[in-house]
Amino acid sequence: MMMPAALYIHVPFCLKKCYYCDFISYPFDAGDAGAYLDALFREMRRYGAVLSDAEKRISSLYVGGGTPTCLPAAGLCAILENAAAHFNLLPDCEITVEANPGTVDPGGLRELKKAGFNRLSLGVQSFQDRLLRVLGRVHDVREAVHAARQARAAGFTNLNLDFIFGVPGQTLDDWMETLTGAVELFPEHIALYGLQLEAGTPLEKSVAGGSIKACSEDLELSMYLTAIDFLAAHGYLHYEISNFARPGRQSVHNLGYWLNHTYLGLGPAAHSYLRERRFHNYTSLKSYLDKVNRGETPVEAGEHIPVGREMSETMFLGLRLLQGVDLGRFYRRFGRRAEAVYREEINRLEKNGLVKVEAGWLRLTKKGLPVANTVFREFV
Amino acid sequence: MKWDKNRIRNFCIIAHIDHGKSTLADRFLEYTGALSRREMSEQVLDRMDLERERGITIKMQAVRLNYRARDGQDYQLNLIDTPGHVDFSYEVSRSLAACEGALLVVDAVQGIEAQTLANVYLALEHNLEIIPVINKIDLPSAEPETVKKELEDVIGLDASGAVLTSAKEGTGIEEILERIVTMVPPPGGQAEVPLRALIFDSHYDPYKGAIAYIRVVDGSVSGGMQIKMLAAGKQFEVNEVGVFRPALTSVGELRTGEVGFIAASIKNVKDCRVGDTVTGFRNPASEPLPGYRRATPMVYCGLYPVETAGYEDLKEALAKLKLNDASLIDEPETSEALGFGFRCGFLGLLHMEIIQERLEREYGLSLITTAPNVVYHVMTTAGEIMEIENPSAMPPAGKIEYIEEPYVKATFMVPKEYVGPVMELCQDRRGVFTHMEYMSVKRVMLNYDMPLSEIIYDFFDQLKSRTKGYASLDYELAGYRQAKLVKLDVMIAGEVLDALSVIIHLDKAYHRGRQLVEKLRGLIPRHMFEIPIQAAVGNKIIARETVRAVRKDVLAKCYGGDVTRKRKLLEKQKEGKKRMKQVGNVEIPQEAFMAVLNVSEK
Repeated sequence: MMMPAALYIHVPFCLKKCYYCDFISYPFDAGDAGAYLDALFREMRRYGAVLSDAEKRISSLYVGGGTPTCLPAAGLCAILENAAAHFNLLPDCEITVEANPGTVDPGGLRELKKAGFNRLSLGVQSFQDRLLRVLGRVHDVREAVHAARQARAAGFTNLNLDFIFGVPGQTLDDWMETLTGAVELFPEHIALYGLQLEAGTPLEKSVAGGSIKACSEDLELSMYLTAIDFLAAHGYLHYEISNFARPGRQSVHNLGYWLNHTYLGLGPAAHSYLRERRFHNYTSLKSYLDKVNRGETPVEAGEHIPVGREMSETMFLGLRLLQGVDLGRFYRRFGRRAEAVYREEINRLEKNGLVKVEAGWLRLTKKGLPVANTVFREFV
Repeated sequence: MKWDKNRIRNFCIIAHIDHGKSTLADRFLEYTGALSRREMSEQVLDRMDLERERGITIKMQAVRLNYRARDGQDYQLNLIDTPGHVDFSYEVSRSLAACEGALLVVDAVQGIEAQTLANVYLALEHNLEIIPVINKIDLPSAEPETVKKELEDVIGLDASGAVLTSAKEGTGIEEILERIVTMVPPPGGQAEVPLRALIFDSHYDPYKGAIAYIRVVDGSVSGGMQIKMLAAGKQFEVNEVGVFRPALTSVGELRTGEVGFIAASIKNVKDCRVGDTVTGFRNPASEPLPGYRRATPMVYCGLYPVETAGYEDLKEALAKLKLNDASLIDEPETSEALGFGFRCGFLGLLHMEIIQERLEREYGLSLITTAPNVVYHVMTTAGEIMEIENPSAMPPAGKIEYIEEPYVKATFMVPKEYVGPVMELCQDRRGVFTHMEYMSVKRVMLNYDMPLSEIIYDFFDQLKSRTKGYASLDYELAGYRQAKLVKLDVMIAGEVLDALSVIIHLDKAYHRGRQLVEKLRGLIPRHMFEIPIQAAVGNKIIARETVRAVRKDVLAKCYGGDVTRKRKLLEKQKEGKKRMKQVGNVEIPQEAFMAVLNVSEK
């Protein structure tokens, strides 16, 4: 039986690139945006024609970026209309759009809601203006809070807020203030990311050059552990390494990734996992447009995922979830027991207290959580 | 050409590295028509890639040149090449013993160097006729007159008639060949007595077995003859005799005074050791040729495969190298930290480096090398004398009466402005000053007695950097002396890592221990737990550092589902871990084992 798939749409535009970001995005340009939407719709049509009915059953649609809300609300609504035309969006389909404060307004948000978007993910990042400047964000705290309230006013009842910790110059007090500010907005979902200094980004260069001092590992860890306790106390379920949700409000779309289900990505640089292959589209907007406009596939590269690798990915993706890997489900999927395939690895990790097997689930322990990579490495 | 002992000249070239020996040899080959320019790859005599890269001769070669002299006669000139490094001084002495004359080649810019001097003295001891040649006179900074004066003042040679040459440009080549004919005496020896031939080198041929390079001193040798190696005590039947043109070329017979090779299905190079005497089996000579001794290793180190599975490959590669190198010694040994490997003995530091490089390059092995050490003599409280080749075999301090270490007499030649830095370095290395002499107004010769252990540890690099490469060094063993030596251990997570133990002078132990733990702290990756790194002498901890535990190791979310990128990152990290040695609970990278080799001095 085929699980319903997830559909991801990448919008490769931003007003301005943040200092820590190393993903594909271009400064917003109305002409490029028009060309992008045309190509995207063409790509949808193409998949609509080649995928089976089962493959077109979509349980979550996620419009991410970049900053999707760079596009006029009408553009985003057109994306949703086209997706609905070429795919089978199931009745309870989670339909998320990412947005950044400073690129939304009440009218636009109402339009999105009306068109069918039922979840909004807002990049708030911090409740300190000085840290937002370090990160190179285009908005300030006041705008972020406004955006969240406007989303509520527009009728969004499933709201995610993104935050970043481990920012250079950030103190534990700053972080507490941010978390307090976050829960006061009553979002259904909160995502917390430890800042990664990706090579070549302006922020990484500043740190490497010594003009900005990186956050210490110990402080970053304190922030992480503090947040887990704080959000638990405020009724948020810590269900994935970086993600917290009110009961029943876990992200359907992201759960798909962690459970190693299939997904189709559209737009430049979008990644897909379909028919035992992982592949991704051309990352450059120009190449993507050229390919699609010539009627060719915009896939740049891909690889076959043999069963062994699929098992490995199922393990290290699944372990990101606090509930862990459902060993019974693993057996039903592969016909082999994870406890046997990874006997040595699991024994070693259990001995070190990093994982435990309990009632048919393999999960990270509290000790294993902050060093999850060490655990994941055992399974690759 | 008919054999006529009076028309044979056997000679070698004594020169410092870079003073142009190989280029000169190439010119001889060209001039006498042994090889055309087209046939010659650059510098034919330096055969191994390593030698070419380092510009030095490690393995000797020989060549026969046919030369028609100005007197209208044809001469057979045998050039026996000599290795240009102190590690191989015994081999040098044997090739000198095979000659009657030597070209002393000195660079017109740089003058005499320490090793040259050592080899000239050796040549004089063997009563060789010495023909001074001043090379590189084409260089604008050439100072042939200063060099001549050095030759006269330092060696006491009459340098007035030195040949001025530029091997690079080919000037003076004929003049040198003429001098060889007129000045080098023809070989002595008697044709009508039992065979005596000196082995001055050998190499292993997979089809013919070990091939002995010989100089026939008395009598003659031909195919089918039964021969005997006097020192090895082994008997063989000669399959082939031949000469070097420079390719090995069969001839019917080698007669008194001639240089060539014999192949006799000798399975092991150890049966045709340099310095041994070849004689007839049925009609043997009563006395061997003088001067044979077995080469003794001066420096030892442990060689271990990075992955345990590489042991058999290492064993096989060492066996193959030994086919060609009778001076390489290996004994299986086991290290708690590194598993199964070999303790190997070498003639010196260069010899060691060459073997390591060949194992890695030619045999594709990935090795961990322990710090080199000398052979210590330990007098135990029980009155026993132990020879210690491995620090981990050192008895506990309480059982040691005293320890002796090998000393060398070291000779430095250095421009006078660097005398200070050289003296400072020698002082740092426990050197005892013995003598200083001006060789010319610009250059000084310095003599020190020094522990050999100080020379094998980062000494050449230091000398080079402190003198901008202008100093040269030669040394010879000068017996054993008592010293306050201790064993310095390194403990990682409380366990002694035997592969990192070194024997060191007490006064230096603290400093080295501190450097070592600091360096290791930077090299040992963080683990899930804290790792103390300690340096200890006996039970006393003299330095400590800590590798902090990893507290946080989490990947950010995979944006847009890029699982491949994340998996590759995890794989890369895992691959890095695989190359490490697991010691107890701690994973230790290869570089950590190398740390003892190059802890910086400063």
